[in-house]
Amino acid sequence: MSEQTATREGTGRRRPRPPLRPADVDLRVQLGDMVLKNPIVTASGTFGSGQEIDRFFDVDRLGAVVVKSITLEPRAGLPTPRMAETASGMLNAIGLQNPGLQRWLRVDYPWMVERGIPIIASIAGRTIHEYRVVAEKLRGLPGIVAIEANISAPHVEDGGIAFSSREGPTHEVISTIMRVATVPVFAKLSPDVTDIVSIAHAASEAGATGVSVINTLLGMAIDVETRRPKLAAGTGGLSGPAIKPIAIRAVHQIHSVLPDLPIIGMGGARSVEDVVEFMLAGASAVAVGTATFANPMATLELVQQLPEWLAERGIRHARALTGGVKL
Amino acid sequence: MSSFITRTGSTRTGGSAGPPFQGRDSGPLRASCEVLQYRKIGTFHSLTFVSPEIADRAQPGQFVTIGVEGKHTVLRRPFSIYQVSRHGPWAGTVEIIFNATGEGTRWLTTRKKHDLVDLVGPLGTPFPIPRQNVTSLLVGSGYGTAPLLYLASVLQQKGLRADMVIGAPTADQIFNAIEAKRLSATTVFTTEDGSLGEEGVVTDTVARMLDTGRTGLVYASGPMTMLREISQLAMTHDVPVRVATEEAMACGTGVCQTCVLPVERKGQLFNLRSCVEGPVFNGAKVRWDAIGALPVMDLPDQDPDDWDEL
Repeated sequence: MSEQTATREGTGRRRPRPPLRPADVDLRVQLGDMVLKNPIVTASGTFGSGQEIDRFFDVDRLGAVVVKSITLEPRAGLPTPRMAETASGMLNAIGLQNPGLQRWLRVDYPWMVERGIPIIASIAGRTIHEYRVVAEKLRGLPGIVAIEANISAPHVEDGGIAFSSREGPTHEVISTIMRVATVPVFAKLSPDVTDIVSIAHAASEAGATGVSVINTLLGMAIDVETRRPKLAAGTGGLSGPAIKPIAIRAVHQIHSVLPDLPIIGMGGARSVEDVVEFMLAGASAVAVGTATFANPMATLELVQQLPEWLAERGIRHARALTGGVKL
Repeated sequence: MSSFITRTGSTRTGGSAGPPFQGRDSGPLRASCEVLQYRKIGTFHSLTFVSPEIADRAQPGQFVTIGVEGKHTVLRRPFSIYQVSRHGPWAGTVEIIFNATGEGTRWLTTRKKHDLVDLVGPLGTPFPIPRQNVTSLLVGSGYGTAPLLYLASVLQQKGLRADMVIGAPTADQIFNAIEAKRLSATTVFTTEDGSLGEEGVVTDTVARMLDTGRTGLVYASGPMTMLREISQLAMTHDVPVRVATEEAMACGTGVCQTCVLPVERKGQLFNLRSCVEGPVFNGAKVRWDAIGALPVMDLPDQDPDDWDEL
């Protein structure tokens, strides 16, 4: 936006500013020491490690792939049914099903490195020790550009929510990871707290590079005929467009108080306008989750459409959007 | 179009119509497909779409997911493929059969010729086709019969004998009896009210047919309780069985882990995805009693590539 003003005042009177071409738009964004070629990343747990969606397009075109949360041991997850569609959203209770760190390192990681995909490794655990061990095993691995500490998985038995619901445990787990991590670390936070800013502050104080906001909100749906919960686990995480205003609010609140803390924004983002909205609220990158379920091409379409949207408005740098909301 | 599922053509700002499909030279793809025909077959609904690529790539047992429009829907709906045409006047078309049970499927019944609908497919594993000359027994129920007719046509092209048992509560819920008769050596219908064929359910008839010892392979498609019973019958008769399962799905592409079933592979138990490792599974390896129970998963010390079970 600043370029637009400058051009108008400078040479604009004699010859009109040549229109900005989409190819000239700079999509690069920087979060701490992490530079991404564009701000579009995947939300953990909605993209696997990329192989499935790579059947449709080259997933290395995304800013980064945030992989499904890795735990030290394999997790079988929760019983089915694990999903229920709700108004403009969906509930899920997967329970972090994943084949464990060893298998991820043996099967998924080499594939991602070979394909040149920037990897953000989402890690989860039941104990602080488990986070530490997984982070240690990821030390110095090429291709991993950041760690996302999933400290907000909505079920208590997954360990997560116990951490991100309070400042003390958040500080403790993040500072433990920081002691062993060799790459930027992002703390993924739950919106199910009284004051998300204080949790973000605790993560920042513990040394986190930035925060990923928001994880799903805990929700519930009941089948009125059978009178049973629609999810086998009873409750589950709500995602999709239904939660976007909450996510925008959380990003904005954190960015207002901690303007230097990089934010990966997420929660119901689907369109270019949604991506821009998250960035204006204060996000430097935007993760796309449930939209990939609705459309396997969703992330790529955003990478393609964002430069067109910015060029039409004369915005040369995507990063200039961050925190641009006018209050 | 649903507010959540963007349509590529209309969201492109470059003005061009966009590519005819999104995807690679093989595997699943996404395309905006023209409706060629909507019709009712008995109590069932049928939609035929123009998609030369999906028609070319699809095999019996695979499915497509459709972006449906609804007030507040966000997810695609999966449908097994009834038939594809690669030649003749209907070349390059894909047909699905469904019941109108919810908001998404009701919207589909209002599609008219020339409407555009968002398809992703073909997805999932197909029915394996026997390499030896064996007689197959195809057991279908409700709209689950549709993919079996597709399978029967492929078996017929390969000169393989197929018997069919098709069941439903009433005669009008038997899907396409004429087509079933045309594609199989022997066809038995069962209805619970006796309005067509034998009175009863498919399992009684299947048990009797397996007793004859003629069947070398069983395929089944229909409700999960029926698949479980047919799998157990096949196992007691020592006949291989392949079932097309139906589990609730969110993504259909393998990333959400919603549609998992407990399945044994090489002596280990895994929660396998119906949309990638399935929907066609070895019915003898599905742990039917463990579906919906607290799952267990063995340490996977094998790679998926080693999981070739056939």
